[in-house]
Amino acid sequence: MRELVITDFKLRYQGSVLGYAWSILKPLFLFAIMYVVFGVLVKLGSVEHYSVYLLFGIVLWTFFSEATSQGMNSIIARGDVIRKINFPKYIIVLSTTISALVNLSLNLLIVGVFMLFSGVQFHFSALLIIVYIAELYVFALGIAFLLSALNVRYRDTGHIWEIIMQAAFYATPIIYPMSVVLQKSDFAAKLLMLNPVAQAIQDARYALVTHQSVTPSQLSNDPLYIIAPFLIVAAVLVVGSLYFKKHSKYFAEQI
Amino acid sequence: MADKETAVKVQDLSKTFRIPIEASSGIKQKLVNVLKGRKGYREFTPLNHISFEVKKGEFFGIVGRNGSGKSTLLKTIAGIYAPNSGLVQVNGTLVPFIELGVGFNPELSGRENVFLNGALLGFSHDETETMYDDIVDFAELGDFMEERLKNYSSGMQVRLAFSIAIRARADILLLDEVLAVGDAAFQQKCYDYFMSLKGEKQTVILVTHDMSAVRQYCDKAIMIEKGQIVKSGDVEEIAQAYQKLFSNNQQQSEDHAADSWGEGGVKILPSKVNITKETIRITTEFEVTADTLPPPIYGIALYNSAGTNLLEANTRKEKIKTKSLKRGEEVSLTWEFSNILSNGSYNISVACCDQSATRYYEWLNHAAKFSVTKNTQTSGLTDPTITVNLAEGGRVKTEKVNTNDKLRDNYVKL
Repeated sequence: MRELVITDFKLRYQGSVLGYAWSILKPLFLFAIMYVVFGVLVKLGSVEHYSVYLLFGIVLWTFFSEATSQGMNSIIARGDVIRKINFPKYIIVLSTTISALVNLSLNLLIVGVFMLFSGVQFHFSALLIIVYIAELYVFALGIAFLLSALNVRYRDTGHIWEIIMQAAFYATPIIYPMSVVLQKSDFAAKLLMLNPVAQAIQDARYALVTHQSVTPSQLSNDPLYIIAPFLIVAAVLVVGSLYFKKHSKYFAEQI
Repeated sequence: MADKETAVKVQDLSKTFRIPIEASSGIKQKLVNVLKGRKGYREFTPLNHISFEVKKGEFFGIVGRNGSGKSTLLKTIAGIYAPNSGLVQVNGTLVPFIELGVGFNPELSGRENVFLNGALLGFSHDETETMYDDIVDFAELGDFMEERLKNYSSGMQVRLAFSIAIRARADILLLDEVLAVGDAAFQQKCYDYFMSLKGEKQTVILVTHDMSAVRQYCDKAIMIEKGQIVKSGDVEEIAQAYQKLFSNNQQQSEDHAADSWGEGGVKILPSKVNITKETIRITTEFEVTADTLPPPIYGIALYNSAGTNLLEANTRKEKIKTKSLKRGEEVSLTWEFSNILSNGSYNISVACCDQSATRYYEWLNHAAKFSVTKNTQTSGLTDPTITVNLAEGGRVKTEKVNTNDKLRDNYVKL
């Protein structure tokens, strides 16, 4: 059944020539807009290598948003197959999120090119980003399981998630540096960093781009606070996959 | 635990669907329903306490009318639907064919679709790779495999899907009758495939309306009506029970099934069919509605349920001179031929045209319908009395095998 994952890949790539290019171009355009608005017109605090900092954040966010929203729709999109043949349904969600992961690795190449031009030093500690990307992936997968199963029963899920993601984009320190929030309120900053996406992005930036990136360990010495995002990720994965497992039996008749 | 001979065991299986009454399936509707104390759905039970067993190597038929629950049963056995109560036990691997070309994507090339569909049927990439050339050859699509599927004709798509499907190897195959769609040549391929499965002693569960297929391939069968098994066991009994069920239903809609064309001048009156064990006699009547009618040709044609034209007869072919007629005059003809037809339902078309056969006064399809019920079992289109010469042990003797021995007289008036 691993074949299905590979085939689903192909589907994405061979859909159209441009579709392939767009997956890189879209985050790049978002980056360009955000850079002009928040890097040039409105200065939001200063971070060294802001362009790479911003691009890396946007690339990670795009991955998370793509993995969750496409994962959410994957079951419904494959309804025709589910109604005709019995196979483990989680493969569908898995293959969709893995495609998002492939897109991410392509986007990371672009980030690498930006790093070269901006003169960001590469340290071997940068390899730590693999850990944070894995964390982000597991979080996205847990959410995708939960949402895809919910979406079969309640089609509202898609709209609600869209709104949540719009709010979360601004609640996550992607375009603004964390230092801006810290100036206003220490508590707000701590709260924002409980979000596993925010934590993963900040930690990954710290490892790859600049040590000016604020990470949870700089905000508090409490070990529970530092591992809290990881606990949230684990909890979401468990709840998501259990809910998915319970309802996947009935997908064929409910779609 | 079922014994080793059992391939599929279904025990006391029930399935209930909840069908939402409102079209929308959202949270709002759910809230409204809870507030109003409504269930928001009605229950529908397509399967009601069904039990049966399929042995290994058996060709097992499931028959039933539309909406009787047979497709739901098939999907529940395939594990696509989860049963509400009861048990489905499957020993070995199982591949369902609810539809051909599951997962075909129009944006992908034929080649990629072969691999996608193959994966869904349980083949690994390597397995599909080794079969690939055979699949393409069988589908006769050598030049098209790199084209996108959306540029294929529907016939090409079906051919490709079928070529992949017949490669499927599993302990148990579930076949839905939808496999046998398409043109006559394709249907023939399907039936050849069924025959080869039977020859290989493959365990097959076939869902169908087609009684000739049941008679021909199945070793055992069940008939389902309103979610329950109404008959199980012998194939011939079930085929007959099903046909009875069906012919009762059809009688009423018979008149509506008739369709005619032509320029007018002659009206075809209701025809009668009289069947005895030796002969079939068809009586056709015509009424002239034109002021005068030059000597016409009268004709009939006989079709089986698959629409195959079995015989044609007309007054010109039989060298019968007809007269010129005036308005209001009636003509009656009887056509008699030996009853060599095999079990099944048949219909006749009646026509009247001018001597050059270019102007048709009227052509009436389904002018009469009748069925032949003989106690003999054959998959041939005809079932004539056959004389067999059997030479055994060096001595030659002649045995007359009369297949129509116990033929019941069957008189159908339509």
